[in-house]
Amino acid sequence: MSGHIVTIDRIACDGFGTCAQLLPERVILDEWGYPLIDPTPVQGSERQHAKRAVNACPRLALRLEKAPHDAPAVRPTARR
Amino acid sequence: MTRTSSPAPRAVSEVGAPRLLGEHVGVDLAKHVATFGAMPAQHRVKRGHAGPLVAEIEHSGLAGRGGGWFPTGRKMHAVVTAARTSRKDPVVVVNAMEGEPAASKDSVLVHRNPHLVLDGAVLAAQAVGSSVAYVVSHRGGRSIGTLERAVEQRNARGGDPVELRVLAAPARYVSSEESALAQFVGEGIALPVTVPPRVFESGVRRRPTLLSNAETFAHLALIARRGSGWFREVGDPSGPGTMLVSVSGAVASPGVIEVPTGTTMRQILGLAGGTTGAVSAAVTGGYGGAWVSAGAAIDLPFTVAGLRDAGGTPGAGVLVVLPTDACGLVETANVVRWMAGQGAGQCGPCRFGLAAVAQDFAMLSNGKLKGTGLAGLERRLGIIPGRGACRHPDGAVRFAASALQVFGDEVQRHLSGHCSAGRRTFVLPVPSEKVTLPVERPGEEWR
Repeated sequence: MSGHIVTIDRIACDGFGTCAQLLPERVILDEWGYPLIDPTPVQGSERQHAKRAVNACPRLALRLEKAPHDAPAVRPTARR
Repeated sequence: MTRTSSPAPRAVSEVGAPRLLGEHVGVDLAKHVATFGAMPAQHRVKRGHAGPLVAEIEHSGLAGRGGGWFPTGRKMHAVVTAARTSRKDPVVVVNAMEGEPAASKDSVLVHRNPHLVLDGAVLAAQAVGSSVAYVVSHRGGRSIGTLERAVEQRNARGGDPVELRVLAAPARYVSSEESALAQFVGEGIALPVTVPPRVFESGVRRRPTLLSNAETFAHLALIARRGSGWFREVGDPSGPGTMLVSVSGAVASPGVIEVPTGTTMRQILGLAGGTTGAVSAAVTGGYGGAWVSAGAAIDLPFTVAGLRDAGGTPGAGVLVVLPTDACGLVETANVVRWMAGQGAGQCGPCRFGLAAVAQDFAMLSNGKLKGTGLAGLERRLGIIPGRGACRHPDGAVRFAASALQVFGDEVQRHLSGHCSAGRRTFVLPVPSEKVTLPVERPGEEWR
């Protein structure tokens, strides 16, 4: 199933936290203030919401990208 | 940088003859040709086409010796394809950085047979249609001088069909990460960049870039001469040939050893003179690799698939054995502290996360961490991987997490304020720290 996913440019991100405020259903902040993002595709009406967060990022680090066909483009955030 | 001294490499008849390190030719080109034969003549292909060598490398099963163990033939094909679609000529980059403190195989290889590495770079460049190959090593390391003299020898004898350039990059661990190296060659800045695009499609000055480890190019130079069938005669069929292993720690004669892939840790340690006493565990793959318990791993093949069950990885051929009088947690704390300072400082989760993990580990090693602190450490180890532009944080976290697994009993002892080790010096080498300031980035002061 294709769709869009929220990704982040880790180098550009400075931990402003705007994304977590505007898109709390997808983004939470770690203890250092950097986003942890739900890697699953963004569905339906949520997309507008995600777009707003992308446009509001002060570092232009947040992206809404086409999900690749097979795996999510971001690596899973938890590994243990 | 601390290095184990490297006496003459060994490979005894027990595991077969060495291919890369059997002869010490040095920079003498005539001697190199007499020893290995002349470099096979080859035409540089047109952009977007693959020379016959690419198929030969693919058949050989050569896999990247820098730690990724990715099939080199497939990588070359990917570069050729990217050159066709982007209409840009590709670039070749040889990674002879060896940022890994416990590794010395690339400097030993360059010291003994620099022309094998350079032959490989030239041959690979022709085969993917590149007119230039860069060989990058640590600034201040001994490889730079050797490589420069070797290139001078080649130029004095008519030069190569491809331009060879030797570059010295800053000696930071993360400088040898592939996107950092590509950016260094193109722009002079040895910092990782956000991927994708990966370097094979857009690396040096946005050109498709074939970037591999020095040892990989040396194997390639021999495959071009002797064929893929010859290459596959030894080693594990899933990743054939020989490999260089830097063995150190509690062994009688530490150094670089060439063995067929698939050789067990027991055999490798035997070639390094055997262990110097009882051993508890070993570092496999380097400081971005993992600890394995000696008992679990000793008879496993030193390959990606072989070590997986024990939680290890061959990485760039690093094996450090820990004697039983050393504490794995104290060693890990020292390494993790160093690794935390070796990042580029570009990504928050790495910059702050690794610093926090290093602090937790320092407390654990001192017996000052309590149960809740351990839970915090484990939570941090869980959320850092995958959240940097490069894999530096992933590697450091894997190393740290493996210590908690392998030294589980020791963790319990430390939680109650005890340590079973009697040793006062570190087994794992950590370079003395020069000032490692976080890197200034344009625009950072603006905030």
